[in-house]
Amino acid sequence: MKTADNQGELWEVFIQSKPGQAFKHVGSIHAFDKDNAIENARDIYTRRNEGTGLWVVPSAEIIAVALNESDYFFEPATDKIYRHPTFYNLPKGLTHM
Amino acid sequence: MKSTLNYYLQIADNALILSHRLAENTSKGPFLEEDLATANVALDLIGLAESMYHEAAKMEGYGQTGDDLAYRREETDFVNCLLAEQPNRDFAHIVTRQFLMDTFNYHYFMALTESRDPFLSAIAFKSIKEVTYHLRRSSEWMIRLGTGTDESRHRVQLAINTLWKFTDELFEESDADMAMLANGFGVHLNDIKVQWNQKVNEILFLSHLESPKNQFSVRGGKQGIHTEHLGHILAEMQFLPGKYPDAVW
Repeated sequence: MKTADNQGELWEVFIQSKPGQAFKHVGSIHAFDKDNAIENARDIYTRRNEGTGLWVVPSAEIIAVALNESDYFFEPATDKIYRHPTFYNLPKGLTHM
Repeated sequence: MKSTLNYYLQIADNALILSHRLAENTSKGPFLEEDLATANVALDLIGLAESMYHEAAKMEGYGQTGDDLAYRREETDFVNCLLAEQPNRDFAHIVTRQFLMDTFNYHYFMALTESRDPFLSAIAFKSIKEVTYHLRRSSEWMIRLGTGTDESRHRVQLAINTLWKFTDELFEESDADMAMLANGFGVHLNDIKVQWNQKVNEILFLSHLESPKNQFSVRGGKQGIHTEHLGHILAEMQFLPGKYPDAVW
């Protein structure tokens, strides 16, 4: 039997730890199709009660900012202090802002 | 009492031996994810075997433990069905054996939830969640292999043809099966057979595989008469407790 290096496509795995909470990226897996992907994700990342929700997304479908683009993507925000609503006086009873 | 004990051992031995077969494949899976997933199924089964042996040991009442039943019985004392002990010839065999066993376990434990024995009914409720997932995984692998490449289709058809002769035995009623059915603790294996056939044929159809016709059947596992493979499994599995009888972690 030849040792195939074909392990399927790469998929990204997201877990929701409690109902209502946001899904968080936890890692990636290999799989051959959607069913295979969600099952491999389940067997690798949720065996110890880590979650109540599970997403898998083909890694190739994720649109990401390239490292060399980060200058003009993110840095313009750093010196615009007026974009944060920090100049308002909040009423006393308001705690979650 | 004897038939209850044997009935518990049938369930425990099936789970232990199949689990051991899957565990043999650990670190040899086709890729990392599959390797872990297979070991995961093996762990579910060892959990089932452990509960059943523990309960069976209490029933015997000689101060035995569950480990004694797993590690200190001889080949002819084991009452697992022959299908569970068949070797890991290739990945297609592992998947096919698992699929045939999972389909049986699914319908068997579904029926066993109605058992008048509170322990069996509780174990069945617990197992059905695990087995539902096992069956989903193995069914999908059957379809994936059957509709994959020429080679994968050929191998999985070969596995079906090789293992088919061991499937009749799953539904053969042992003395324990009959006694437990009579007192409302057991299940109707004939009903399970109908459901098993339906599910297996459905998946074979979706996998573009042929179901073998007119094959002879091999049986005897439930009476302690095994294929040559079980002895090898036990020799390996029971080596440590045999050599160092009171070894502890």
